[in-house]
Amino acid sequence: MTSGIATNVRLTGITKSFLGVPVLRGVDLELRGGEVHAVMGENGAGKSTLLKVLAGVHRPDGGTIEVDGAEVSFAGPADAQRAGIAIIHQEFTLLPHRSVAENVYLGREPVRGMQVDRRRMVADTRELLDWLGEDGIDPTDAVSSLSVAQRQVVEIVKALSTDARVLGMDEPTAALADHEVELLYDLVRRLRERGIAILYVSHRMREVFDLSDRITVLKDGRFVTCAPTGELTSEDLVRHMVGRDLGEYYPDRAAPDDLGPVRLAVRGAGNDRVRDLNIEVRAGEIVGLAGLQGSGRSAVARAVFGVEPFTRGVVEVDGVAQRVTRPRTAVRLGIALVTEDRKGDGLALRQSVRDNTLLVRRAALSGARSRAKSDVKALLDMVTVVARGEHQEVRFLSGGNQQKVVLAKWLAVEPKVLVVDEPTRGIDVGAKRAVHELLRDLAKRGVAVLMISSELPELIGMSDRILVMHDGAPAGELPAGASEGAVMALATGHGVGDAA
Amino acid sequence: MTWRPRLAEGTAPVLVVLLLLLVGLAIAGPAYDEPSGYLALLKRAAPLMILAIGQYFVIVSGGFDLSVGALVTAGVVIAARLINGSESATAWVILFVLGFGLLVGLVNGLVTTKLLVPSFIVTLGMLLVLDGAIFLWTGGAPRGALSAGFRMFGRGAVDVPVLGAVPWSVLILLAILAAAALFMRGGTGRALVAAGDNEAAVRLSGGRVDRLRLLAFVLSGLLAAVASILLGGFASVSAQVGNGLEFRAITAVVLGGVLLGGGRGSVVAAAAGALSLEALFTLLNLLGVSGALESAVQGVIIIAAVAYAALGSGVRQRLRLWPKQRNPERPAQPASS
Repeated sequence: MTSGIATNVRLTGITKSFLGVPVLRGVDLELRGGEVHAVMGENGAGKSTLLKVLAGVHRPDGGTIEVDGAEVSFAGPADAQRAGIAIIHQEFTLLPHRSVAENVYLGREPVRGMQVDRRRMVADTRELLDWLGEDGIDPTDAVSSLSVAQRQVVEIVKALSTDARVLGMDEPTAALADHEVELLYDLVRRLRERGIAILYVSHRMREVFDLSDRITVLKDGRFVTCAPTGELTSEDLVRHMVGRDLGEYYPDRAAPDDLGPVRLAVRGAGNDRVRDLNIEVRAGEIVGLAGLQGSGRSAVARAVFGVEPFTRGVVEVDGVAQRVTRPRTAVRLGIALVTEDRKGDGLALRQSVRDNTLLVRRAALSGARSRAKSDVKALLDMVTVVARGEHQEVRFLSGGNQQKVVLAKWLAVEPKVLVVDEPTRGIDVGAKRAVHELLRDLAKRGVAVLMISSELPELIGMSDRILVMHDGAPAGELPAGASEGAVMALATGHGVGDAA
Repeated sequence: MTWRPRLAEGTAPVLVVLLLLLVGLAIAGPAYDEPSGYLALLKRAAPLMILAIGQYFVIVSGGFDLSVGALVTAGVVIAARLINGSESATAWVILFVLGFGLLVGLVNGLVTTKLLVPSFIVTLGMLLVLDGAIFLWTGGAPRGALSAGFRMFGRGAVDVPVLGAVPWSVLILLAILAAAALFMRGGTGRALVAAGDNEAAVRLSGGRVDRLRLLAFVLSGLLAAVASILLGGFASVSAQVGNGLEFRAITAVVLGGVLLGGGRGSVVAAAAGALSLEALFTLLNLLGVSGALESAVQGVIIIAAVAYAALGSGVRQRLRLWPKQRNPERPAQPASS
């Protein structure tokens, strides 16, 4: 099984078009055993396609693939697998009700006589888990009993069990909670130590800097640069990715006289997940809500919006106490929620850009249909959606454009209070910037914005004030421009740090 | 922005199929040399098309309605018994039948949305309940007779300038189809499709998903009652008049390119699917194929249509003559807006 020989893969001049539209236009990439090679680029830069070429899912139109110096051609994923290349996809492919070992050897079960050799299956799986240093998982555990991070380990073990020496990982932290990300870092480092070559595709700048040895940047399907991670700064990287200098990342904060009256007030509120909440958000203000995953950040958003309502305390909108017990009430009061899962509950993916933009207006309001006709284009221009037209289905848009459509559907009802949960998760740098500017723009027009984000630079860069949650309750409030250390100190329950 | 005709995703194939069948009819049967032949086809197809329109509402919002065939039978049997040949009773019995359809739809919808029983099961149960009740009530041999006034809707015609005598059923069908198409263009209609696509997104947008679903079942029940009034005019009163119509309606909707499970498809295409089905059976009949094959043909169609939809973009992209959508990535820089 897994030996110590390092595998090298070299892709040279890879080109690939879909229906005549070039997606990759001559990309070079070299993967070495024992090295983490990150590929970065905006959505649509060609990262996923490159990964699929490597995995044998797509055949390149031009260019060569060499494994250990010998040129190869993959007719399908099975060929790539035989060459020792495996991909860990964003969506997990495990069967939840089967055991770890059964999943690892799914479809390739070792047999003895007429029967599946369970003992060997379990033993081999255990050996691989040990090799990785993952003793917290037992081969006989049902996958449904594992955490998301552990399931990722199983995916990796599954790949290793096919003697993979090259692993491609596509946004591996997207599904993970904050504390699980560290576990993944550890795992990736262990894989590197054991001579595996890793292709790491991610949007998150910090991860790439933490983990990778080299970084390749793609833009519009073209190879831009490849350099050792130590020789690049995050500014360099952004410049390479967007092809321009973004300079200052965030729009200006609100000046004191930009702030209007309190639009949203939560007083002494709580439910099963959060307690003792006192929040005020003024017109023109962006209030950041920080906290670790599971600290109750999103629970606050869901409670304000009536998904899981508060059971205690008072919610006031424009100074009037309201009982918000379901989303419909919230929408009609002028509260909007951009959820953290835009594909799961933000958009109807098979509907058109137009239908999604008008969804809130149609679903929640009545008698407003007459207004619904004319201004879709204006809304889409405002959020700078790039689509083939209003009738394109939103599932064909990039993540950034999808998120802009989510924002457009709320702008269509002119909310007073906008709650955004991870507004820039999984979208590219250019779209992030557009979303940030849009949020600030809305605040300037008198919307009260409550913003949740796991990305501290974003949260700090955007917020006029930061509320930090810890374990379901507010841990403190910090002024604009507080340091990451101060936020983390409160979020981890260590009181106000010295850096505030 | 200028208006341009636009086909919903998956609508084109059924229109091609329909056109081919109509051409086939013109070649195979002398009756289809003039408009009256097609008018007769449309008249025959009207009840199924109306059922398909009702079924469309339920399927596109993510459900099934298996009860419509039994509901059609119930409508005819109840009407015959209550009217019992008396002309004066016609008006209120028609209202009663429509009300009965609405009520059955309401029950289907409430059980599905409030008790969270899958609609497949709820409406299957309703089918069995209605079947059993009809049998119990009639003892297998329906009594009574329909009045001429009642039968006029299925049999009668009115003189329309240019076209000549147009059957009532065709006019009713066209009115319903136009109303349905208009409804689906409006806010509630679009929200109904969105609910079939992503229930959570509609709910978190402030929509009342349960009410939308309920509305779909009520419309389906109501339209099944309308279909029963038309069929009562065509056919003799029997306890078998609606047999198998639910599956025929589902086949028609699927043939119309509507996605099972909801979220995509057009109501006009669903109606076109029903017309295609009727045209196909007529053509087979003209070609001397045994009527016994009808259900086999229907079975093949429903499997083929769903398989075509499931194979989805893979096959369709290869069949597509021009690049309509780039799927995996956003390659070229689109014109900046």
